[in-house]
Amino acid sequence: MNQNSRPQTVSTAAIVAAGLRKRYRAEKRFRRLGIGAVILSLGFLLLLFGNILSQGLPAFRQTEIALEIEFTPRLITADPARGNYRALARQALQRAFPKVRKRRAKKELYRLLSNGAAFELRRMVLADPALVGTDRRCWLPADDLVDNFLKNPESGKKRLSPRQLAWLSQLHNQGRLALRFNRFFFTRGDSRDPEMAGILGALCGSIFTLLVTLALSFPLGIASALYLEEFAGRNAFADFLEVNINNLAAVPSIIFGLLGLAVFINLFGLPRSAPLVGGLALSLMTMPTIIIAGRAALKAVPPSIREAALGIGASKVQTVFHHVLPLALPGMLTGTIIGMARALGETAPLLMIGMVAFIVDIPRSLSAPATVLPVQIYLWADSPERAFVAKTSAAIIVLLAFLILMNAGAVVLRKKFERKW
Amino acid sequence: MITTIFGGLLLAAAAAYITGRGKARRLSDQEKLHSRPVYHGAWTGLAGLLPALLLVCTWMAVEGPVVMRLTAAGLPESIGRMGPAATGLFFNDVRNLLTGAVGPGQVRPEAVAAAAAWRHYLRLGRSLLAGFAALAMAAGWGFAICRIKPSFPARDRVERIIRVILFLAAGVAVLTTVGILFSVLFEALHFFAKVPFSDFLFGLKWSPQTAIRSDQVGSSGAFGMIPVFAGTMLIAGIAMLVAVPLGLLSAIYLAEYARPRVRTVIKPLLEILAGIPTVVYGFFAALTVAPMIRDLGASLGLDVASESALATGLVMGIMIIPFISSLADDVISAVPRSLREGSLGLGATRSETIRRVVIPAALPGIVSGILLAVSRAVGETMIVVMAAGLSANLTANPLKAVTTVTVQIVTLLVGDQEFDSPKTLAAFALGLVLFVITLALNVIALQVVKKYREQYD
Repeated sequence: MNQNSRPQTVSTAAIVAAGLRKRYRAEKRFRRLGIGAVILSLGFLLLLFGNILSQGLPAFRQTEIALEIEFTPRLITADPARGNYRALARQALQRAFPKVRKRRAKKELYRLLSNGAAFELRRMVLADPALVGTDRRCWLPADDLVDNFLKNPESGKKRLSPRQLAWLSQLHNQGRLALRFNRFFFTRGDSRDPEMAGILGALCGSIFTLLVTLALSFPLGIASALYLEEFAGRNAFADFLEVNINNLAAVPSIIFGLLGLAVFINLFGLPRSAPLVGGLALSLMTMPTIIIAGRAALKAVPPSIREAALGIGASKVQTVFHHVLPLALPGMLTGTIIGMARALGETAPLLMIGMVAFIVDIPRSLSAPATVLPVQIYLWADSPERAFVAKTSAAIIVLLAFLILMNAGAVVLRKKFERKW
Repeated sequence: MITTIFGGLLLAAAAAYITGRGKARRLSDQEKLHSRPVYHGAWTGLAGLLPALLLVCTWMAVEGPVVMRLTAAGLPESIGRMGPAATGLFFNDVRNLLTGAVGPGQVRPEAVAAAAAWRHYLRLGRSLLAGFAALAMAAGWGFAICRIKPSFPARDRVERIIRVILFLAAGVAVLTTVGILFSVLFEALHFFAKVPFSDFLFGLKWSPQTAIRSDQVGSSGAFGMIPVFAGTMLIAGIAMLVAVPLGLLSAIYLAEYARPRVRTVIKPLLEILAGIPTVVYGFFAALTVAPMIRDLGASLGLDVASESALATGLVMGIMIIPFISSLADDVISAVPRSLREGSLGLGATRSETIRRVVIPAALPGIVSGILLAVSRAVGETMIVVMAAGLSANLTANPLKAVTTVTVQIVTLLVGDQEFDSPKTLAAFALGLVLFVITLALNVIALQVVKKYREQYD
């Protein structure tokens, strides 16, 4: 109306213009903060993986010594299961270094070989009894100190005597000392000797435990999801169930271990340390995950499918089982695989039910004492020997490989069957 | 034996299915049936299987106590007079004999005899069970076969059974909650009978070693949970200090700034962090991060414990980053576009829009996500078991070693234990505390969303 208002607008623009550079700077700063957060988080991931890989990869190879073994019948005796294989190995070492005579020197010489060398010889004879009486060159596991020396010559040197180092270099020159693929790691159970400790026992325990978990949580989870999503309708009980399941999904896993200890072991008297009990506890833990994923998958099936089936006269149960469930199944399976992957990596509840024992044997049944891969990692991480650090990292690599495989399977499944309606 | 019974029953049920379906098919040649033959078959199979299964499950539940009672009744007088504790030990021997943990030469002859009796009753019970299960199966099968006629509504029956089975499956979740509540509460009440509730809740000293002899040093056994609780909070707090800024800023960047292609690469990478088992984080914390921080502290002239709360909290924070970032990402993406466009249209920069419009709109969801993350941090076990300390120090210094609720539960319960010492029971009391805290956090988180969420659409 009058001209006084005009200068005021101009001054607002001036204020904005004056502050603009500062605001843009703030904008840039904020953006950089975001990028920084992402990079830092990924940096942690990289550090973790780099750390584990660099520590664990050497453990997949193991130092072995080739020796001329004379399978003397006198030492193996009539029953090959009870032969004196330690003497057999020592005799071979003695043959390789005939000049070593003194007792102290002999002792040092024997220490080059692992305790497991005797087990390995026993295994060979039991597998092939015709070996007895023959002469053969065998690769036998070296002691973990020797192994450490080959992998880190600088630091490993200190823990071997000069005599031992001389013998080792002699063996090396003859081509009888080498880093070979660590077969013991994949074919043996736990052991006190790091060079002979393997993950097969833990792997079998994990498989048994997961089988129980899958057998229980998959049908129960799918059935619960079907009930809640398709049959329950909207009533107070269904609401209660829903709240209940959501809460269970957030209960710390260790609580499920307490439940397993108090109910399955103390009340029902099931055996401790058994994959059966571990699987029971883990299936209760996994079930909410499967139910939630299953419900999401059922929700994604459009109502038109149900209406079409009902419209041509199918009953409610027929509609669900013949039409809705097959369409929702890929989604449910994806959720189940993710739940199983979580169960595979779970440790805490299994500690509660006693799956932490030192178990050498490979478990053969659901009620035999066993341990699982993550618990084995926990046990090895706790042991004082330096060589177990590499073993632990190697076991972690195996565990992560399984997890990546499972998750990749879930992704493939989702990609293959994902449908947009 | 039990596996054989189950297998036999399943085979019989399959046979029943085939006979029922066959009979219905033959009938369908003459007359139109109410239900298709498969339903008649299923009905026949279920009519045989369900009663037999019920029988087997009932026996499995009561087998242990019944066999024990029978064995105890056949024992010589002298065992009964020994008193409950000695009888318990005696039965322990018997059980060890049965599992082969001890040889017959290592225990008293009565135990060997009792083990034989136990085995006898067990075998007898299972043989009887097999017989009765077979009877029940045959009865149900025959009954169902006789009822098959064209007008019989087999489909309705079968569908009703299916609905009941689905309902029961859903009930398992409730049963689990009840089981958790009762098992933890029950043992915790035992504990509070020995240690006063107020001592537990407000006590400032935690040293759960109880005396074997009364004159031992340091054997008093104190069960005050304050230091344990404070340690938990300290570690969880450090974890949140790491995870909340990193997780939130990552989520903001991914949701608001990143191009779709960058987002599709980075988001799954971040989620890998969430998929790594916690025992791996524990190993990482104990063997890499803790020594790193200790050496760093030493070079700065600080005295850092090798099991410092800082290292544990830091690694736990890394574990929680993806949890917060994916929850925050979801709620930020759910803020409607119109709000952003309104703000940008008024001349705000993107960061101003995010800080003044998007975040406030998403705040209830973010707060709820953070509360869930806290509940996760409090309940996290393996990282702290491997990297945090064992002794309960009441301190706020992140460079010292502290212990947490979960660490104490694990140390109290791992290894051999007798089930009535306050030491073992204390673990359940701590478990109760843990359960209540996490439950409360979850409920509050849900309430926050419910109460403060704004509906924009």
